[in-house]
Amino acid sequence: MIDDSTFWLVTLVLGAGTYLIRFSFLGLLGGRQLPEWLLVHLRYVGVAVLPALVTPMIIWPAAAGGQPDPLRMVAALAALVAGWRLGVLWAIGVGMGSLWGLQWAWGG
Amino acid sequence: MKIDWNRRAFWHGLRDCSPFIVIVVPFSALFGMVATDAGLDLIQVVAMSAIVIAGSAQFTALSLLQEGAPVFVVLLASLAVNMRMAMYSAALVPHLGKASLRLRALMAYVMVDQVYAVSVQTYEAKPEMPLGEKVSYYFGCITIVCIPWYICTFLGALLGKAIPASLSPDFAVPVCFIALFAPMLRSLPYIVAAGVSIVAAIAFAGLPWNFGLIVAAILAMLAGAQVEFWQKRRMRAKVAG
Repeated sequence: MIDDSTFWLVTLVLGAGTYLIRFSFLGLLGGRQLPEWLLVHLRYVGVAVLPALVTPMIIWPAAAGGQPDPLRMVAALAALVAGWRLGVLWAIGVGMGSLWGLQWAWGG
Repeated sequence: MKIDWNRRAFWHGLRDCSPFIVIVVPFSALFGMVATDAGLDLIQVVAMSAIVIAGSAQFTALSLLQEGAPVFVVLLASLAVNMRMAMYSAALVPHLGKASLRLRALMAYVMVDQVYAVSVQTYEAKPEMPLGEKVSYYFGCITIVCIPWYICTFLGALLGKAIPASLSPDFAVPVCFIALFAPMLRSLPYIVAAGVSIVAAIAFAGLPWNFGLIVAAILAMLAGAQVEFWQKRRMRAKVAG
């Protein structure tokens, strides 16, 4: 359970912080350019944060009591390949579909 | 600077962004469901979507909150997810930087991945577009992305409890994240960064307070940048040789 005050604190600070990030260049810095080395690092923020976030959810899923579940790992891999080769919607469809298929095939 | 609103450009933006409805609808509905499942009430769920409007950061914050991570870790991790928007903001300056401060403040609030990607692509293809058309186009884009975002979060929160556990709705969260980053793996530096991110997340999973996530993200970012620098050096060496 998430307590109310923690929730509101996180939501408000996250909202304000996110807004400042979005406003940053367009709003405050006008036309000034970021240093090149910083832009190079910022390019990789998405692929640096998201996989690290997903990996523990796949390997130690809370729904399986934190125990490794091979079916989820296979389905996640299928979603990754589908998303990489075919695109966003395929990743979602193939990921969920393959987990359901595998669970059904294993009589889960 | 005075803006000449352009209805045609608005509809143009609306039309160009409309394919993203198929992503925004399930993604926001899913957030509504997962957040309700985590024990948030209807007002909290909708407020979070309206205040933050950044699905991946909201999912990040939510899953870390559920694990009982300390507030500063939750904020650090979810703001890190949103750092990419600094790039969007910088990329929009040459096109929208001359609009009034009030408009820029409003455009910043609704700056989301799809709108950024579509509008910058259009502006670059048609550099002769006057400012009024660019701004109108931008608002067309956000209308078709953000309004379904609010409505479907609400519907998701309302209907969330109807999904049976046998369908493993929890799995939809990692799948959505995978769907967001998999298409980014277009070249070697991105693939290396993602690989480092995964390996480091496993290696540092034991760290308290989900610090493993932060460490893994920093290492992966450095790795991606280093590969890019290395590629550039090699290109230069080839040209020189």
